Amino acid sequence: MDTFLQQLVNGLTAGSVYAVVALGYTMVYGIIQLINFAHGEVVMIGAMVAFTVINALAPAGLPPLAVVLIGTACAIPVCMLVGYAMERLAYRPLRGAPRLAPLITAIGVSILLQHLAMLVWSRNVLAFPQIIRSTSYALGGALITNVQIAIIAVCIALMSGLALLVYRTQLGTAMRATAQNPHVAGLMGVDVNRVIAATFVIGAALGAVAGVLFGTYYGLAQYTMGSILGLKAFSAAVLGGIGNIPGAMLGGVLLGVVEALGAGYIGDLSDLCAYDWIADFMGEQCADGGHFILFGSNYQDVFAFLVLIVVLVFRPSGLLGERVGDRA
Amino acid sequence: MNNVKLGIALIAAAVALAGCGEQKPPVKAEQTKIAPAAAGIEVRIGHVGPLTGGIAHLGKDNENGARLAVEEANAAGIKIDGKEVKFVFLAEDDQADPKTGTTVAQKLVDANVAGVVGHLNSGTSIPASPIYAQAGIPVISGSATNPKLTEQGFKSQFRVVGRDDQQGPAIASYLATTKKPKLVAVIDDATAYGEGIANEVEKTLKAVKVKVLPREKGTDKTTDWKAVLTKLRGRRPDAVFYGGMDATGGPLLKQGRELGIKAVFSFGDGACTDKMTELAGDAAEGMLCSQAGIPPQAADKKFLEAYKKRFNVDPILYAPFTYDAANLLIAAMQKANSADPKIYLPELQKIDFTGATGKIAFDDKGDRKDAEMTIFTIKGGKLGPIAIVKGGKTMTYEEFIKGGQ
Repeated sequence: MDTFLQQLVNGLTAGSVYAVVALGYTMVYGIIQLINFAHGEVVMIGAMVAFTVINALAPAGLPPLAVVLIGTACAIPVCMLVGYAMERLAYRPLRGAPRLAPLITAIGVSILLQHLAMLVWSRNVLAFPQIIRSTSYALGGALITNVQIAIIAVCIALMSGLALLVYRTQLGTAMRATAQNPHVAGLMGVDVNRVIAATFVIGAALGAVAGVLFGTYYGLAQYTMGSILGLKAFSAAVLGGIGNIPGAMLGGVLLGVVEALGAGYIGDLSDLCAYDWIADFMGEQCADGGHFILFGSNYQDVFAFLVLIVVLVFRPSGLLGERVGDRA
Repeated sequence: MNNVKLGIALIAAAVALAGCGEQKPPVKAEQTKIAPAAAGIEVRIGHVGPLTGGIAHLGKDNENGARLAVEEANAAGIKIDGKEVKFVFLAEDDQADPKTGTTVAQKLVDANVAGVVGHLNSGTSIPASPIYAQAGIPVISGSATNPKLTEQGFKSQFRVVGRDDQQGPAIASYLATTKKPKLVAVIDDATAYGEGIANEVEKTLKAVKVKVLPREKGTDKTTDWKAVLTKLRGRRPDAVFYGGMDATGGPLLKQGRELGIKAVFSFGDGACTDKMTELAGDAAEGMLCSQAGIPPQAADKKFLEAYKKRFNVDPILYAPFTYDAANLLIAAMQKANSADPKIYLPELQKIDFTGATGKIAFDDKGDRKDAEMTIFTIKGGKLGPIAIVKGGKTMTYEEFIKGGQ
């Protein structure tokens, strides 16, 4: 039971980061039906910028929390700028083009950003300075660290903030209107270009925060970190129903939990020796408490994509579906 | 057309002449210099290591070790076959690049070297070894630890440092004897290196009746180990071994401590670096790891003093090994009373030599018999040696240093 609870806590933490990244995918898709594959790279750049700032400030003797906050405060505008530039230079010129063109452009932007980051920050794994001491608190039988609590809290705050923005502000209304029909929205006096740019910039800001959270949680950053994180977040967005904001949040958290539980239990479940009727056939392999494990915990990353496939086969519109009226 | 051909021929001739010009006159100059002493002979010894690029400092360190040995031999006025010998040291740069490694190997062969010390990296040593083998030139590496180097069947290939596959047994036996764990969890990163060393550790532990949990695996890019570690926490192992690099080992260690796992964490040389303290912070305290060879501070005192006096710095890593490697070549030549590789190679194969890194003898493959492995720990945020494992026996680092003097 302790183990199960702990896996759940781990999954929730990772899942809330996925959820925040997934929001960036889903917002852009909702508004211009583009899967922005470069979003993972924005997250990476957020982590890298924060790394540089935190590294520079760490010896200055400021309180650790302040250093991390300053790092985040620097990462957000940089990522917003990257998000804006991406939209303005790469996607806007292709707005009327067939869907495949911007998709391939997105992959190109992703590769470009990744290699720019490699030139700036080198190929090495960069170790985040360990300035925040992690303290563990008991929660039932599980341990939860202060960093994990902070991550979950920040993610909930970001998601509620975004929900407020989309459903309660003028910009949010304009975003939803553009998502429904850009032409009509334009005729009604909505500046469609500005709204789309704003969507990219907001998504990038969320990505920056997610990058900092990821970096401080795992203690490292590398120029390749965005690709797998981005793919998982994309799977999360599809799981919840791409284009649907609450769906992305639900999908992210669910994916994190599925991944943690899957990686935690697949080894035991696929141990052929645990099943008596197979163990008899296995003979020597299983004798004397032996094991014959088909899938180990290195299959952890597979779960995200397994979920993606299952969703696409059985419920292509995702768990919450893409309700046109609500997408943004 | 004819003019063009003539031009090319002229250029070729010029290049050839220039090539000769570079090589021959200094040789003559050297010979005339020695000539008054006696009818001396000149023996060339090559050294290869990266002198440019990211690990240039290690390459220079290796070169210095070999250079010191050659200079000492010259000062001692060694005689071979009744003639005084002047050793000439040719230092080459392979940039830690396999392709450049083969180019400079060929260059040394063309320069008629009698023996080579190097290369520094396994990655450059392995492709260069057939070139030396074809020319029959003995080559001794002081730092290449990949098992494959001496598994190619070249009679002229040697190394004075331990092999990667001797490391697993070393760290496992240290773990078993000092920490006395009843149950050990073994994790690897599913790479050839990680799986290899993890298998060796598991084998060694099982041989001394320590229980080992079913193998857990990650990848060489895994950053989230929490699922694996949470599962392991439920089984309560006394020790954990991870076969993999520091980039994944650091997060593993950090997350393990966050989950409240109290077990001893141990690693191979891939994660035996200062980067572990950066990546894992306080969690790295008390971890164990192994490296092939001995730390330079543990080398012979006489060597350390001579090195410091000559180069004004302390040896960094493998200099004691390249020093021994060069001395081995010279000692074998003296024994065989010849600097001809064909004649002194058999002497090198059966040599029994005591150098700056201890006793050296080679097995059939050209690996050092009973090579030492060093166990490190992190204390106060610093990686430092605590024990030496040699031929299955463990002694503390202090004992080893004392015994060596």
